[in-house]
Amino acid sequence: MKLQLLLGSAALLLASAASAQTLVPSPTLDAIKARGHLECGVHLGLPGFSFANDKGEWTGLDVDLCKAVAAAVLGDANKVKYTPTSVQQRWPILQSGQVDLLSRNTTITFSRNASLGVDFQGINFFEGQTFVVRKSVNAKAPKDLDGASICVAAGSTEEKTAADWYRERNLKVTITTFQKNDDAITAYDSGRCDAYTAGFGALAGQRIKLKNPDDHVILNELISNDPQGPVTRYGDDRWQAVVRWTLNGMIAAEALGVTSKNADDMKANSKNAEIRRLLGAEGGFGAMLGLSNDWMLNAIKQVGNYGESYERTLGMGSPLKLPRGPNQLWTKGGLLFTPPFQ
Amino acid sequence: MRTGTLPVWQKRLFGDLPTAIVTILLAVLMVAALVPILRWGLFNATWNGTTRADCVAGGACWVFIKARFGQFMYGLYPPGERWRADLFFGLIGLTIAAIAFLRGRKRVIALSAITLFFPLIGVWLLGGGYGLEPVETRNWGGLMLTLFMSIYSALIAVPLGILFALGRQSELPVIRIISVIFIEFWRGVPIIAVIFLASLLLPLIMPSGIGVDRLARAVIGLGLVIAAYIAEAVRGGLQALPKGQGEAAAALGLGYWKTTFLITLPQALRIALPAMTNEFISLVKNTTLVLVVSILDLLGIAQASLADPNWVGMNMEAYVFAGAIYWFICFALSRWSRAQERAT
Repeated sequence: MKLQLLLGSAALLLASAASAQTLVPSPTLDAIKARGHLECGVHLGLPGFSFANDKGEWTGLDVDLCKAVAAAVLGDANKVKYTPTSVQQRWPILQSGQVDLLSRNTTITFSRNASLGVDFQGINFFEGQTFVVRKSVNAKAPKDLDGASICVAAGSTEEKTAADWYRERNLKVTITTFQKNDDAITAYDSGRCDAYTAGFGALAGQRIKLKNPDDHVILNELISNDPQGPVTRYGDDRWQAVVRWTLNGMIAAEALGVTSKNADDMKANSKNAEIRRLLGAEGGFGAMLGLSNDWMLNAIKQVGNYGESYERTLGMGSPLKLPRGPNQLWTKGGLLFTPPFQ
Repeated sequence: MRTGTLPVWQKRLFGDLPTAIVTILLAVLMVAALVPILRWGLFNATWNGTTRADCVAGGACWVFIKARFGQFMYGLYPPGERWRADLFFGLIGLTIAAIAFLRGRKRVIALSAITLFFPLIGVWLLGGGYGLEPVETRNWGGLMLTLFMSIYSALIAVPLGILFALGRQSELPVIRIISVIFIEFWRGVPIIAVIFLASLLLPLIMPSGIGVDRLARAVIGLGLVIAAYIAEAVRGGLQALPKGQGEAAAALGLGYWKTTFLITLPQALRIALPAMTNEFISLVKNTTLVLVVSILDLLGIAQASLADPNWVGMNMEAYVFAGAIYWFICFALSRWSRAQERAT
């Protein structure tokens, strides 16, 4: 296998040196074009990220990424077929080629990348542990919870992470443990603790279960680092570039002020070189990946830029009302970043 | 103490002091348990509306079930094609009616026709092709899928089970050994492991491109396990038969097949019916295990719809509704089996 890979990459190097115009073969991309739809593995149901709505349409931040990739490759965001996957199933389903892309709230880690034969194509959600507190408590960051009590499920990662974080900083908190997560959040809701802790994105779905969700606020600062992103199989580099740069393109579009509404107008009239390259007015960037030059124009027009997608699925345009937090652009104090379209 | 003149129920419930105390205590407990349930599910429940905002009464929010009813019944089946699933439900109803009301020769003809054509018509109706819009199995779901999996696993399990039960009694060692191995293997593996293996390992081993449908793999896996259980139930029936039955048939000059299909098997099946019904009931409930491979059966779709931010937190409503349907199916099955036992 290794020898084969080595030989393969050597051959590829030679090929690209011989002719910059030749595209690296991409079996995945060819297969998607031949069958006319993208096969996307998603979460069975996670508020804001992936769920079937009342009409039976898949919706959510992770689903939007599938749609954007379909729009970029096939010109139509609806040409996606979704495979809901359970947590145990997601890797075999990707490895065995049943899906082209796994966009399923999956944390990027070294060992997954190194040992599962999968690659992560960027970060579409900066997840990490944080707290939900009552607005009246007036805490802005985890460190403000000095002396507070925290409800958490016994033996969970969250319990350990929170305990370690406060011990390291010599802050005193009372950690109250419960058998189950649901018990912990019910206890918080009934006033037994000042805070409840879970992932930033997970808390969005849990806050609206509280009696008066508007009385509670989710802290923006994270005490753990669990970034999530789309996953592909090893071995098809051009396909991986397509996924990675579609996500980058959505982020770039937000940074450059390109939205689903103004994309056509921007393509025709913008003087900004990066916008023109992004939208295919110049540079022929789509063709370099073997796509139409309108790839990102289609994705942005049909799905929106990252911010539009976020606000619609998790943010203020959704019932979850999750703030951007770390998923704000790097230019606006967040972590969300893309390399340039140059 | 004179209790002889009291009606039977009074005597049983309030016969003497300890009995009376227990009766009253249990009654109080029942009322104490029922009142909050009724208050939640009935008196304080919200029935009318379209969003969770309409649910202000504090009780159950049945609006959620109303909004999601289509998905609970059909999963993500395209709304325009749901009449086909209704026809499928209708076919099941017809089958039950045929079993319940027809007698004698008519019943045999009807049941043979159903066994022959139902499986094909069912798959064609739901899956499409041959003039119908194709609908991929990934869009099947809800009650429709639960019934589909139960029926089709049973259709695999019953003939296979009977065959292996007979094989286990066979005088040919090869057949007997194969049957024993089959039965003991499938009876010994947990169903959840079978579903996992069928859905996760198979595609990794098989060359890419040759994809057996995910649902088909689960149904076959379930069918094989249940077949082993059925085989044991039928074997019980066969062993319960007096030896004289087979010997009498032999004395009349009937061969193995005639003896089996005319004399022993029909009687054995009748004896095995309660045990087989048990297997069917557990099969209906075991179909929920496909949730681990994200097939959206009734329970799966209930769970999935809880992820819609518009309905997050409606756990009680979803599970009570799904549970009630499972209970109803299983209860109907057990009643049906009781009726069959009495009829024979």
